[in-house]
Amino acid sequence: MLTFVIRRVFQSALVLLIVGLVAFSMFRFVGDPIDNMLGQERTDADIARLRTDLGLDQPFPVQYVKFLKGAAEGNFGVSYRQGRPVSTILVERAPATLELAAVSGFFAITIGIGLGVFTAIRRDGFMANMIMSVSLIGVSLPTFLIGILLIYLFAVELGWLPSFGRGDVVNIGWWSTGFLTASGLKALILPSITLGLYQMTLIMRLVRSEMLEVLRQDYIRFARARGLKERSVNFRHALKNTLVPVITVTGLQLGSIIAFAIITETVFQWPGVGLLFINAIQFVDIPVMAAYLMLISVMFVGINLIVDLLYFAIDPRLRVDQKGAK
Amino acid sequence: MTLLTIEDLSVHFPTRHKVFVAVNEADLTVEPGEIHGLVGESGAGKSTIGAAVMGLLERPGHIAGGTVSFKGEAISGRDAEAMRSLRGAKISMIFQDPLTSLNPLLTVGQQLIETIQFHLKLSDGDSRKRAVELLDRVGIPLPDERIDMYPHQFSGGMRQRVVIALALCSEPDVIIADEPTTALDVSIQAQILELIKELARERQTGVILITHDMGVIADTTDKVTVMYQGAVVESGATEQVMGNPQHDYTKSLIAAVPRPTLKVHRFPQLSYGGRSIEFHIDDLARNWQKPEPSKSGTLLKVENLTKTFLQKGALIPSRRKYFKAVDNVSFDIRDGEVFGVVGESGSGKSTVARMIATLYETNGGKITFDETEVTALSSNRDLEGYRRQIQMIFQDPYSSLNPRMRVDEIIAEPVKHHKLLEGAAIQHRVDELLDRVGLGSEAGRRYPHEFSGGQRQRISIARALATQPRFLICDEPTSALDVSIQAQILNILKDLQEHLGLTMLFISHDLPVVRQMCDRVGVMRQGQMVEVAETEELFANPKEAYTRELLSLMPKLEGLSTEGLKDEIV
Repeated sequence: MLTFVIRRVFQSALVLLIVGLVAFSMFRFVGDPIDNMLGQERTDADIARLRTDLGLDQPFPVQYVKFLKGAAEGNFGVSYRQGRPVSTILVERAPATLELAAVSGFFAITIGIGLGVFTAIRRDGFMANMIMSVSLIGVSLPTFLIGILLIYLFAVELGWLPSFGRGDVVNIGWWSTGFLTASGLKALILPSITLGLYQMTLIMRLVRSEMLEVLRQDYIRFARARGLKERSVNFRHALKNTLVPVITVTGLQLGSIIAFAIITETVFQWPGVGLLFINAIQFVDIPVMAAYLMLISVMFVGINLIVDLLYFAIDPRLRVDQKGAK
Repeated sequence: MTLLTIEDLSVHFPTRHKVFVAVNEADLTVEPGEIHGLVGESGAGKSTIGAAVMGLLERPGHIAGGTVSFKGEAISGRDAEAMRSLRGAKISMIFQDPLTSLNPLLTVGQQLIETIQFHLKLSDGDSRKRAVELLDRVGIPLPDERIDMYPHQFSGGMRQRVVIALALCSEPDVIIADEPTTALDVSIQAQILELIKELARERQTGVILITHDMGVIADTTDKVTVMYQGAVVESGATEQVMGNPQHDYTKSLIAAVPRPTLKVHRFPQLSYGGRSIEFHIDDLARNWQKPEPSKSGTLLKVENLTKTFLQKGALIPSRRKYFKAVDNVSFDIRDGEVFGVVGESGSGKSTVARMIATLYETNGGKITFDETEVTALSSNRDLEGYRRQIQMIFQDPYSSLNPRMRVDEIIAEPVKHHKLLEGAAIQHRVDELLDRVGLGSEAGRRYPHEFSGGQRQRISIARALATQPRFLICDEPTSALDVSIQAQILNILKDLQEHLGLTMLFISHDLPVVRQMCDRVGVMRQGQMVEVAETEELFANPKEAYTRELLSLMPKLEGLSTEGLKDEIV
């Protein structure tokens, strides 16, 4: 168990290094930040001076090592556009994205698992077939289109919910939350549905197929043969076994909820890190882009580590350290 | 009072094209304390009867006619809720595979206590006490500690005991045991059957024992009902049906059972229902390029073979745990003989075969084939020549053929790989092989799923013969097959050995089969070769205690009719 965690942490560090390297090598193709930072009236001397100040004249490996050194100390440099430390900007923006991701993740998991179980148990029922057909829409429609449709329906036509922004937020220390005000909560609804719909349908379809598989297993037949109630068979025996493979995919999906928040945040003008990243690309704000990519990879790696540990919690067969008996 | 009465029971599975009659007007009764065997080959409808009694038929299957009565009251036709209250409470069921019958994520205790509480409405403490008693009753040592363990911490036999304990939770009057020992080793099988017999005697429980194994029927049951294609063909006291079968199907079934006490030359093809096959061994032998016999007379020599597997990984080498699957095994196989290896599961017999087939690397020891030291060859290119001469037939005909490849591609693959033939000659060999194993060359255009288990095993044989090997490794080639199909496959293998001069390594856990097939036998236990002897010598005078134990557990089948066997007895 401990060996496993240590090994995973090493692997994670390696993943982060590689992500950083790939990201850094890509930045050269995004454009030249100098163009955006200096106005029309620039001289060659100005350009050269700024280039030296930012360290952009140094070869790529040197820049990368400098970035890593800074990142290890929590210093991601200064944003070219805003002139403020990147870490400060990220701390400001992160709560918005994390709250959005948490709500849509919760929505995707609870409803996804619930509907998945329902459609598996009522395999041939009318409702189950309806849900399965409708879920195809969720899988096939692109996020931005769903967002725009929701805005059109609920914000423009019905006027029930706001079409952009976070609403009023309350600051608790450095964390700004939208959970505590009515307008903040209302503002969360449309973006989280937009963001979570794809993951929800995916989880639902996955739970359904896994559950159908589990319901065919001998131990389910044996549980029925012992006369146990359907509810106990379905939830106590089948669901838990269904969740073992579902957890892997769900973990990956939660990571991508945070990563793909970019599109939703753009559609809803949500002041999170995704929107920050989009703006940074337009301005070739290398420190912000680099820090964002590192943050996302840390999240991915972290979530996957948690998923692997969850396996140990759910599946006793993996707890090999336990004293086995023959 | 009769516990269970089944009268004129018919079970239908309507499909899009026609109604499949799984059970056709079957009758059966179970008295208290009686073990009633239900025997037949796969697809005979025996498990369907069990499922119908329990109300657990898979949709769209349903009872189309007849009645099932429990203590004189009709229970068929009751609604789902009424059936559920009867299930487990009055009638319990035990399934075939103890590895899959228990929920892997719940402890044994959780599963027992849940069932006990549900049926007997006891408190938590009392349920636990009862669960411990039950585990003790079915012979699980230290039940107090074992109750909190997960199923994977039990061995196969222990799990089947847990399954039986679960079936006993509600003190049922009838137990339906569906192939309860098929997945178990012979020594464990004997213990489980003994337990079932005890329970029937002590608690006056009626048992329906569903099996395809005549040995189990002969040794365990009081009465037997023989089924064929959904219908009961014969029923009566076990001794009478086994010793003096009346129906032709029963006769053919009994004739196909390998006997531990008699050696037959070939299994009689007392086929029933047009199942016999033609196997053209003479044609095959004509085109067969027989290699020069090896000078020493020994084709394969295995010396001090060892294989260890990593059981538990760790960063620090000293904390890693290894498992010695094969421990210092030595034996010779003579040119042209069939060498059997017997042993229980986990004894390392398949591992030996895989090392000989170079599927596993060895961790020590030498394999010499026709005076070439195989273990000294390092590159794949050097091994090719050896690999062409040895071919393997695997146990499970369902997973050993690639479902995405056509049968002719499957058989042609080894020929192409070893560049033995080119162009049309490949297809010619494939067609010939398919013809010879009795499938006909048109079978090549089809895919494996279109064939039955026995037919697939014949495809495997054709594939193994495609490179004209000298040495055939058969790893439990018939243990997944019905007894009549097993007889066909064993006949084919005997012919191959006789007419083509093939040498074989024949791995099996089934002693009667080994006695029919092998010239010499090696007995393996826990990775070690315990004893090697001529087959007849081994059966007549086993030297080692373990061999004697294995032989004593083997069903004797002495009461079985020998009709049709007389001409073949050696």
